[in-house]
Amino acid sequence: MSCGAKSGGGCGSGGACGCAAGRSDTIDNARRDFLRGAAAAAVTTLAAGVTLYSFGAEPAAARAPGEEVSSKVRWGLLIDASKCGDGCTACVTACQTENGWHSTGHPETDPQWIRTLKVENPINGTTFSLPMMCQHCTNPPCVDVCPTGASFKRADGIVLVDKHICIGCRYCMMACPYKARSFVHEPLEDQKPYAPRGKGTVESCTLCVHRVDQGRIPACVEACNDTGGGAMLFGDLNDPSSEIAKRVAAYRTTRVRADLGCDPGVYYRNI
Amino acid sequence: MTALIAAVLVLPAATATAGEPAWVPKPPRGRGDKCVADTAWMRRYHMMALMHHRDETVHEGIRTKRFDLTGCIDCHAVKGADGKPVSFASPKHFCRTCHDYAAVQIDCFECHASRPPAKTAATSEAAPAHAAKANAAVLAQYLRSLAQ
Repeated sequence: MSCGAKSGGGCGSGGACGCAAGRSDTIDNARRDFLRGAAAAAVTTLAAGVTLYSFGAEPAAARAPGEEVSSKVRWGLLIDASKCGDGCTACVTACQTENGWHSTGHPETDPQWIRTLKVENPINGTTFSLPMMCQHCTNPPCVDVCPTGASFKRADGIVLVDKHICIGCRYCMMACPYKARSFVHEPLEDQKPYAPRGKGTVESCTLCVHRVDQGRIPACVEACNDTGGGAMLFGDLNDPSSEIAKRVAAYRTTRVRADLGCDPGVYYRNI
Repeated sequence: MTALIAAVLVLPAATATAGEPAWVPKPPRGRGDKCVADTAWMRRYHMMALMHHRDETVHEGIRTKRFDLTGCIDCHAVKGADGKPVSFASPKHFCRTCHDYAAVQIDCFECHASRPPAKTAATSEAAPAHAAKANAAVLAQYLRSLAQ
């Protein structure tokens, strides 16, 4: 296995990986000891299972629990529609399991944090699928219209609803061009401790903010990589060395309704 | 007259030292030796600590453990007749023992879970990071081969 082959860019921070290329028979003992130490440290860290993602899938830079989010980071998604399988709902199921939303038996008003769309060209009949969720815009219309300040954008670009302040007016639902938000109509119990949601408030994709704050990747991305088509990539768009920034720079990408000027953080390929 | 006033002033103190009356709520103790802050402080200020922490967490992503509501819920869970933690619907719930008495309505649990989640493999904390573990195994093997 060559350095950085797994998911690419994972070893970009330098360190032990860079040493592999320069390895030769003339390695002195000091250098050999250094490498031994580096290996041991890496294995220990990995055994604890804390910083695994900083090596594997696109890293969420692990912040200290007491550290504030920073606008140096801009979280985003890159979704390759050509890898999104027709009929696959791995991302939707994972989101439901993670955040505890499900059908209430009323399809018109069911919560819908993420959905899969099948798009058909009416001229030649070709189709493709893609997941659609909150696009975490830089200029979010939902935030503009919110009368109470409940709909807000975090410094790292994640658009959220502060349900403590939300009065359930649903103006944001009408403002969102992506129909990404839904309203909770029925009383709930036994929500997920890290994903509170309740009757009378608006909700939407949080980009799994509770996981991102721990240095993990969103549940939909993890599920798509594990059991889906591997169509989704999560990362920091502001970091030029991140895999997502490299791919966005290298390939032609599309953002849905880019003409609206919302500057979404979700990029699509092959749509 | 002075003696009478003195007697009235002393009376409440005497009552307090004789032990709390039966109608004073006695909230169930949490696990462990002590709470995240002094008991008297928590009684008076826990709502402010929770509200301050909630704003920091939601808006600034600060996720320290000390005044995390989920910590309160986990530690102070009261088991019902079936051996499972009771929800806020039950008068035995830790928060309700005082809030019912004080007639202070709280709406935390319209959105937040009022009891610890049932242990399942699908919860976020318990979810195995199997993909990452596979990556880690490959990486560890590679690093070991470097060190030899």
